[in-house]
Amino acid sequence: QQVQEDLNKQLFDNLVSFLRRSHSEFQEKTTEWTCRVKSREIPTAALVLGVNVTDHDLTFRSLSEVLQNNITPYIALLEAKDCPGIKNLMQKLMGQLMNCYVDVDSLEDEDYVQVSQNRIRCSMTSLTNWYETVTKKTDSETPSKKRTSSSRDWQSPPVVVIFKDMESFTTKVLQDFIVISSQHIRELPLVLIFGIATSPMIIHSLLPHSVSSLLCIELFQSLSCKEHLSTIIDKLLLTAQFPFKLGEKVLQVLINIFLYHDLSVQNFIKGFQLCIVEHFYSQPLSVLCCQPVDAKKRVNSLSHDQCENIRKLPSFRRYVESQVSEKQIALLTADNFLKEITQKLLEDLRVYHENYVSVLRCLHVFTSSLPKYPLGKQIRELHCACLENRVWETEEYESSLQLARMLNKSDLVTMLQQCVEIFVSSSGNEFDKTVEKLKEFLTQFQKLEAEAFQERDVSVSSQKELQKKTDLYHLQKTLLELKESRRSKKLTKFEMLRFEVVDYIDSLVRNYLVPADHKTLHEIAYFNTASVLRGHLNAAPRIALHTALNNPYCYLKNQALKSDGGRISNKAPDICIVYKLHLECGRLINLVDWLEAFSTVVMAVEGPNADAASSDQVDDIIHARFIRAVSELELLGFIKPSKRKTDHVARLTWGGC
Amino acid sequence: MSQPEGKGSGALEVKFVPDEEVLKHIADGAGIKVRKDKTQLTVSVKRFVKKLENISDDEAQEILEEKNYVAALGICAQDPVGNGSSVSGGEVYSFQTPKRSSKMAELAAELAQTPGQSVAPDHSECPEKTAKTPQSSNMFLLLMHVFSLQLQSKKKEYVATTPYRLRKRLAAPDPYLESESEYSASCSEEEDEEDQKEVSTVLSGRKTPAKTKALSTPPPRNTLAKKIKEDKMSNLVEEYFEAHSSSKVLTSDRTLQKLRKRRLNQQTLHDILKKAPLAYAAEIKELNQQHESLFSKWMLQLHLGFNIVLYGLGSKRDLLEKFRTSVLQDSVHLVVNGYFPSITVRSILNSITEEVLDHIGTFRSPLDQLEFIIKRFKEDSSLELYVLIHNLDSQMLRGERSQQILAQLSSLPSIYLIASIDHINAPLMWDQAKLSLYNWLWYETTTFSPYVEETSYENSLLVQQSGSLALSSLTHVLRSLTLNARGIFRLLAQYQLENKDNPSYPGLSFQDFYQQCREAFLVNSDLTLRAQLTEFRDHKLIRTKRGADGVEYLLIPVDDSTLTDFLEKEDEDV
Repeated sequence: QQVQEDLNKQLFDNLVSFLRRSHSEFQEKTTEWTCRVKSREIPTAALVLGVNVTDHDLTFRSLSEVLQNNITPYIALLEAKDCPGIKNLMQKLMGQLMNCYVDVDSLEDEDYVQVSQNRIRCSMTSLTNWYETVTKKTDSETPSKKRTSSSRDWQSPPVVVIFKDMESFTTKVLQDFIVISSQHIRELPLVLIFGIATSPMIIHSLLPHSVSSLLCIELFQSLSCKEHLSTIIDKLLLTAQFPFKLGEKVLQVLINIFLYHDLSVQNFIKGFQLCIVEHFYSQPLSVLCCQPVDAKKRVNSLSHDQCENIRKLPSFRRYVESQVSEKQIALLTADNFLKEITQKLLEDLRVYHENYVSVLRCLHVFTSSLPKYPLGKQIRELHCACLENRVWETEEYESSLQLARMLNKSDLVTMLQQCVEIFVSSSGNEFDKTVEKLKEFLTQFQKLEAEAFQERDVSVSSQKELQKKTDLYHLQKTLLELKESRRSKKLTKFEMLRFEVVDYIDSLVRNYLVPADHKTLHEIAYFNTASVLRGHLNAAPRIALHTALNNPYCYLKNQALKSDGGRISNKAPDICIVYKLHLECGRLINLVDWLEAFSTVVMAVEGPNADAASSDQVDDIIHARFIRAVSELELLGFIKPSKRKTDHVARLTWGGC
Repeated sequence: MSQPEGKGSGALEVKFVPDEEVLKHIADGAGIKVRKDKTQLTVSVKRFVKKLENISDDEAQEILEEKNYVAALGICAQDPVGNGSSVSGGEVYSFQTPKRSSKMAELAAELAQTPGQSVAPDHSECPEKTAKTPQSSNMFLLLMHVFSLQLQSKKKEYVATTPYRLRKRLAAPDPYLESESEYSASCSEEEDEEDQKEVSTVLSGRKTPAKTKALSTPPPRNTLAKKIKEDKMSNLVEEYFEAHSSSKVLTSDRTLQKLRKRRLNQQTLHDILKKAPLAYAAEIKELNQQHESLFSKWMLQLHLGFNIVLYGLGSKRDLLEKFRTSVLQDSVHLVVNGYFPSITVRSILNSITEEVLDHIGTFRSPLDQLEFIIKRFKEDSSLELYVLIHNLDSQMLRGERSQQILAQLSSLPSIYLIASIDHINAPLMWDQAKLSLYNWLWYETTTFSPYVEETSYENSLLVQQSGSLALSSLTHVLRSLTLNARGIFRLLAQYQLENKDNPSYPGLSFQDFYQQCREAFLVNSDLTLRAQLTEFRDHKLIRTKRGADGVEYLLIPVDDSTLTDFLEKEDEDV
């Protein structure tokens, strides 16, 4: 229900931010190479995209969209996995080009038939022919078509071929394609775009000189994935409009996965989506996590059970305890009163978020330029630190304040100006005073500047005095005096003002950057179970297997299985025993020995009551159990049959050396 | 490693300094190079001391305590291994020192004998010792760290294993020492030395030699902790290559055939296992119920565009089946039994196009087919399909291309994929691109239920191959042939059976075969023989192979027992 709306909205947000980015960027690029098209070589753009392969799809899609809108209708996107040979490549290329032609110009049926006929004998000549007919047609039909001005400028719009993942194409295919198309470049204005994940050098290592000389390569660098991430965090987390928030641990997990595992923005978004799903699924009060307008309605329509749920929230309990006793009783018994209070609290929470964001940005302005970045370079690090606990209690904050007290004036002034901008742009109306205050600071700084001129005169004159005196004693004395005066002068207006500014910022931080879990009803908006997230996104199947085999008690809560330390009891499931025994062996395992060892263990469990008469039958069962356990291990990939010796199996895990 | 433990063993170390001097000349006398260093706090050293120096009883008692302490320490060091998800990767499959297979029997005996109560009470004695020597604790903590590293890699209790080299060094210990060590390993707490010896000699038997090795020390390391670590790393590397360079594998030569037990075939195996009660049924049921409570969540997440993959020990087939019957009853779904040995991506795609999309016709390649499916699903948004794949990591599906196709399929918004994996290396199938296509959510579903269906197709090592299929096909084909042809095949089969004990039997060379056939009046020219052989080959009855000398060798690719059966049957017929 609610969940899906949110998801869609947020996905859309992301896409828009992506597109906006790529738009502006590629627009520049495309205009750049329009001038190059006329050269004799095949104009080629090499797009260095970075290692986050999974995000490339989006980039390319937006790129082709932009191109289609602005420059040419003829675009083909090629992927390595579709093109194992030159034939497939041509086929794919023709198909895409002609289909897209069909799409754009919406041809009649007879033409479509013709196109599909063409597809059968795919060759460069047929492609050229097709292109000629198409351009002729468009020429004649141009007035009726709505084309952007840029494409009307050219007589013939170029055909753009995009190789999505250049590294994984076979070199042969690429070379052939380039050589062939270079011969047709006269008739067919072809433009290639290579998507590159590693480094631009790859072009030269993939293509020999004779081929690469046919290309006229222009290099473009796309934005790094980190920047993408920070924009997304900016847009999603650091806004007051989006009601759902991430807890500190969760955010940390997501960022860690991003930084240490895949650098993929898409995966980050996926994790974020998962968080939302989990939150709405597991937290019954998450219905209140929505836009303020809806929230009011929903609070009013809360059922009794839901009110009880609110009362159970730890943060709400804390709030209740801090109230006077009559109010406590009212809160705990009267649903209506509770609803009122809840509304108020939710509003508080919203206001808190608004303030939080702008103060956070402001603090970021201050800390991000300090040497050694005690509070982190990126705003997300600062955000994490603030969420974790009271930021002003940390050492890093202390040291960064100290450093801030040593800033020079021009930096300070620019920072203050930035802060003013932030506060002005923020919607919260509490900041009027803050803005005034900051502006006051600024004017004072300007005054100081004026005064500084006079001061300089004074100091110059004193130095002149100094030069007059040549007596050593006097010199010493004056120097001492100077020193003293300087010490006191250090705390003159500028210093004082600077301290004031820093203290003011400090007070802002203390007021507004209270960690979210100190706030009442934060559970509604914050998602905090990081372990669930980690389990679903960054699972460790090997460890799960390992623990299950080594320590079955973890899963099967039976006292008989409880064991001390690493050893397992002999009552463990068969597969655990067999596994344990196989750990003892080297590369090859003799099945007979294994079976014997297994039966020793199992017999010991069945113990003395298994008398000799029935031993034959029992043996059969043990044998069968052993067979089952061994074949299960084989299925799990711990062993495989070996031909090197009869009745032996080979170990496959690392221990088998 | 926690603080008190470190201190406790610190006490151990200090007390030990005088003994080391003693040890030095003992070691010389015994001809065993035991280096004098502080890390050698292990039990074997003490054993030497005790044996040759006649230490008074109470001291022996103390040593015993320490010994137990070391044991307890070993166990503590392993604790993190058992702590569920906190296991670090390195511990999971660390290098292990090569061991003989006799160790296995030994461990089995161990598991059978000691329920592990001997160690627990000794913890209480540690605190007394901590008071004694706090000064050495700091330095010892460092060492302890290294120690624990070593101990962690050895997953057995204090029967720690030793590097290969050291074992060689200790290859010829004197019997007296052995019995002594056996005593210490068994960890009984008796004080009287004489008694101990007796007990140990009674207990020892075949276990003894290995025990000595087990309790001996790791390779000498007497520098700083850091250096020890490096040492350890390089040692591991060396050990690895040492173990892999020698192609000789030390295992016993016993084979199943010498065992008086007959081999079981698939059917009897199945029957027996059905009779055998399933251990811990109640707990397994509880686990399953836990997993089943997640069904509605799975549905939600599937609908939101995620796909679900299940991992963990135990068959997940029943769980998925239950999911299917309880939730997917009314929707279109496709169950793929990945463990089935002849499943292919093509068959999966075919069943989608034919059963789900009602499309009749063939496709040139799986890629075309995939494209068609994608197009259809995109056109018709009301079309929904649940795909359940048991064992996505099975032999047939784990290939790069099939995974690629499945991933593309699963990335469709209206196809919901839920799959299970079992192989330990299954996640290696997927690269970043595929992972993002699959859009997995991982769920740990350890069920501990036996892989009944999954392993029934596995050609298990221990299950007798009935070969009934091969046999019937043989007889069928041969029945349709002429008498002479049958004779020719018989000759070849007999020859192969005569040579069945020769492991390097290349097959019967064509010339010899021709000669034999002529003698038996079966053919009159080598052309007819060749024509006959071509027919055999077309029916896959024989295989030809060119030897090193260019001669053609003929071979029947059927195992010996089937061939014998076949010949017997033929004899009956004739």
